[in-house]
Amino acid sequence: MFDALLTQLLTETTEKSLRLFSPELALSAGIVAMLLARLFGVDQKLPTHWVALWGALAAFGLSWFAFIDFSSSGSEAVEYFSGLMVMDRFALTFRLGLLLFLVFVITLTVLCGIPDGEDAPDFYSLLLGSVIGMLIMGSSNHLLMLFLGIEMSSVPGYAMAGFLKGRRTSSEGALKFVVYGAGAAGVMLYGISLIAGLLGTAQFPEIADRLQDLFRGEQATLADPVVRTLVLGLLMTLVGFAFKLSVVPFHFWTPDAFQGAPAEVGGFLGVASKAAAFVLLVRFVLAIVTPLTSIELSGVYLTLGIGIGVIAAITATFGNLAAYTQANMKRLLAYSTIAHAGYMLMAVSALIVLRSGVDPSTTGYDDRCARAVEGLLYYLAVYLFMNLGAFAITALIRNEIFSEEIEDYAGLGFQCPVLAIGMAACLFSLVGLPPLGGFVGKLFVFASLYDAGFVHPIMWGLLALGGLNTVFSLFYYLRVLKTMFLQERPAGARAVIIPTWSNPGVYVMLVTIPLIFPLGVGIRLISGVASRAAQSLFAGL
Amino acid sequence: MRLGCCIGERSESEMVSSEALLTAVVFLPTVWALITAFFEPKATEAIRYFGLFGTALTFLLTLVLLGAYDPAADAKTMQDGMQMYFSHPWIPNWSVNYAMGVDGISLPLVLLTGLISFLAMLASWSIEKHVKGYVILFLLLETGMLGVFLSLDFLLFYIFWEVMLLPMYFLIGIWGGPKREYAAIKFFIYTLFGGVLMLIAMLMLYFNSGNSFDLLHLAAIGQGKVPEFVFGPTFQILAFLLLFIGFAIKLPAFPFHTWLPDAHVEAPTPISMILAGVLLKMGGYGILRIAFPILPYGAQYCAYGIVALGVFSIIYGAFAALAQTDFKRLVAYSSVSHMGYVLLGMGVWKIGEQADQSIYYWQMGVNAAMFQMIAHGISSAGMFFMVGVLYDRVHHRDLNKFGGIAGLMPQYTGIAAGIFFAGLGLPGLCGFIGEIFSVLSAWQFDKLLAIIAAAGVILTAGYILWTIQRVYFGPAYKGEHAEAIVPANSRELLIGYTLLGFAILLGVMPQLLFNLMDPSISLLVNNMDSAYRALPDVAAKAAETALVP
Repeated sequence: MFDALLTQLLTETTEKSLRLFSPELALSAGIVAMLLARLFGVDQKLPTHWVALWGALAAFGLSWFAFIDFSSSGSEAVEYFSGLMVMDRFALTFRLGLLLFLVFVITLTVLCGIPDGEDAPDFYSLLLGSVIGMLIMGSSNHLLMLFLGIEMSSVPGYAMAGFLKGRRTSSEGALKFVVYGAGAAGVMLYGISLIAGLLGTAQFPEIADRLQDLFRGEQATLADPVVRTLVLGLLMTLVGFAFKLSVVPFHFWTPDAFQGAPAEVGGFLGVASKAAAFVLLVRFVLAIVTPLTSIELSGVYLTLGIGIGVIAAITATFGNLAAYTQANMKRLLAYSTIAHAGYMLMAVSALIVLRSGVDPSTTGYDDRCARAVEGLLYYLAVYLFMNLGAFAITALIRNEIFSEEIEDYAGLGFQCPVLAIGMAACLFSLVGLPPLGGFVGKLFVFASLYDAGFVHPIMWGLLALGGLNTVFSLFYYLRVLKTMFLQERPAGARAVIIPTWSNPGVYVMLVTIPLIFPLGVGIRLISGVASRAAQSLFAGL
Repeated sequence: MRLGCCIGERSESEMVSSEALLTAVVFLPTVWALITAFFEPKATEAIRYFGLFGTALTFLLTLVLLGAYDPAADAKTMQDGMQMYFSHPWIPNWSVNYAMGVDGISLPLVLLTGLISFLAMLASWSIEKHVKGYVILFLLLETGMLGVFLSLDFLLFYIFWEVMLLPMYFLIGIWGGPKREYAAIKFFIYTLFGGVLMLIAMLMLYFNSGNSFDLLHLAAIGQGKVPEFVFGPTFQILAFLLLFIGFAIKLPAFPFHTWLPDAHVEAPTPISMILAGVLLKMGGYGILRIAFPILPYGAQYCAYGIVALGVFSIIYGAFAALAQTDFKRLVAYSSVSHMGYVLLGMGVWKIGEQADQSIYYWQMGVNAAMFQMIAHGISSAGMFFMVGVLYDRVHHRDLNKFGGIAGLMPQYTGIAAGIFFAGLGLPGLCGFIGEIFSVLSAWQFDKLLAIIAAAGVILTAGYILWTIQRVYFGPAYKGEHAEAIVPANSRELLIGYTLLGFAILLGVMPQLLFNLMDPSISLLVNNMDSAYRALPDVAAKAAETALVP
């Protein structure tokens, strides 16, 4: 019997799981190749970034084939590695986005010359390793994989944040990052163990059923110790997420880590790790929050959803207000990522409120929940480009004028139009102005918030706060653009000479033009992809 | 269901050609801006001429639109009063359409936009620095303005509305006066705030109408013509207030007007012309196109407030203008005062015993408001241009230091006097018609308010005559840069005469405009009136079936 089990496991692994796991394997192979190359001195002849780039492209290609396979076979979700991980359109869409982003980041590091030849294998190993963790996060189907994924993506991140060795700010930022990360990981692990212990399972699809069993027939109140333990476990797990997403009050590491890290790393951490954390959070939330079939837990869910919404609104407000006084571009963008985590978290809160508050028998129930996820995915897709663009342009300017202070950007608008206009597109998109993608993302998220308001009117209040935040955020983004366009370049300042049709210029165009098309105007394309990805989550349940 | 009823009578090719025409009107400036991007930045003269050519072509296209429009068209050939209507799915799973159309309310404003943009571009020869960037932004701005007037999908409207912000910020911020940074950001913040309120109202309408952004469909629901959905009274009031504040900021009405003097004063002359000539009209247009037809109950509920706000703006703007010593600031406050008549005319909707009579006066009021928007577009653009011509020569705008310009620049002074009299509302010029009819229509609404509004005319006469006296008459100018005062050149005269010509034309033959607008306004007014009367029944019926949002 044991034999049969082993055989079955082996066939499952070799025939199904490894194939679905192939993008991760491709990245791992890339890491091994890079490290071996240095051992044998091959990296002198073949620059390491080519190895990293080919690894990333291979992973992208493999994910693409998996995506095509999935589309043609019509299957909704496949569990693999005996249920530890799951593959569906949602995960595949995320994978494609993330790996595309990886290609963009590697290209950027090549353009900026960070890291140098000596450090390249280290840097790219960390980068690719972190992405493997994020891929696992996107497909987690088990509390253990959730924790593994988060840690695998975080640990290389700590090292990358401190990559500018010998700089005080860099070491300080990285140290804060590590300490916070370690603390959050510990709390999260404890929370996971509470949930798993209480429910007797760590598989996502089983959690919901076990919860229903646990509370069948009685209204869950906080007087019940089981409920208290459950809520405690949930909160502690969410602390881990809050750290990854730099949600207030777990955001303190963000400005320092971003200021200390090179802008390229900031761009990577700001986008990729947030996206992965959001995708995982959606999976986790959907595993915990069951539809309103029994009313026992609905109060707990509603409180959870509104609580997350309030925290999201506080995060957005705090991020926007704190960004006002920043003089350093990277620090400003760090606060801006905090604010945007707040906006995106609003979509998650809308998802929870809709999922638990709307009667599942009403028409369009799944659709309404799926729209919240669709909004989040669309936002993430836009965020990928606009945040990467802002960080990339910061890095490119830094290479020319050796400064990341906003005041040193004065007059760049007419000296180097391609970077300045690119920056304008990214920042206006971050504000959320049409015809840029940021507007559409915000619109979709606000639309789900409004929809959730039919369940509980507090969500309408959150929507109003979100709208006001847009106005707040305008000030500081516009301050950067004002410096760039409305002021003259002081005499004697270092010139930024990057012609429009040079490699960096074309790179900036590649990153910023998608903000207008397809994300800002041709919304249909990405919206359709996001919509199908979101619906696959609900079809499988 | 709604689409099928009317379009069937129109041939396929007709729809395609109207779609091509409207799309061309809106996006020609964008295409032009993209081409301009490939010019050599140093070839300023070529860029200017190219830009001018683009705006001229756009103006020509709007004239083609006028030619294709039939004011007396049979209602059966139209889509809810819209001609050349077309609609395509744009984001199908959010039911957003690419929908445009034109009626008697939007057409005059489209023509005005084409004309003022062309003249403002002609006035842009005074722009010396970064000409390429200027022309590109100017053209993008024109697309935004035309798009606002032609879109018939709320999201599309909203996108065009916000799209204007970006070029406008830079146009004021880069090419403006000394306090330009402050003025630009103030303009931006105010409008964005209004935009956020509009966004919330848009979501309210979307989710309570079975997910629709279609303005015509929303209007049909608001007027109780769609049995499945009803906008209840409280809902209407709330949504109307959100929309109204958003539009009143743009209009601008007291107390949301404070961005306007700064923006107008700091903006370069051509941009002031656009701001006063076209941008302010978007507020009024938004109220007529969106807030009124979709939310008739809310509109009626707020009618008195709208009129009172309008009257207060008239008086407040006039007094503020009297107190100014900066020439451009004076003109800016006169805009606040003049746009008050627009609110006044729109709001005079009285539900009285004699239904026919009050509807008649309200229709007259809305007509007057529309007329006032066009007239103000011409006269205020002209006034800003006149200030700009003088400023280009003497580089200051202090009213107390001027005097005796008439002898030095006789032809210019003649045009300026004509245009200022048009602003004053002298009979025979365009300003008179809008003011007199809006005040007349206000008489049956509320006699006190009508009297106060009429008194505003005296104040207007006061500040304008005083200005003319201080600037143009008296002993010859000896102040700063007196040597630079040369008679207006032919380009300046062309702009001036064109504007003056339109001011006289509309003043003498107002029916040119009224004939164009009246059928659409009559339709709007009657639809809203019957909707208001029907609403209690509809709401009650809906409450029974628990459909009220």
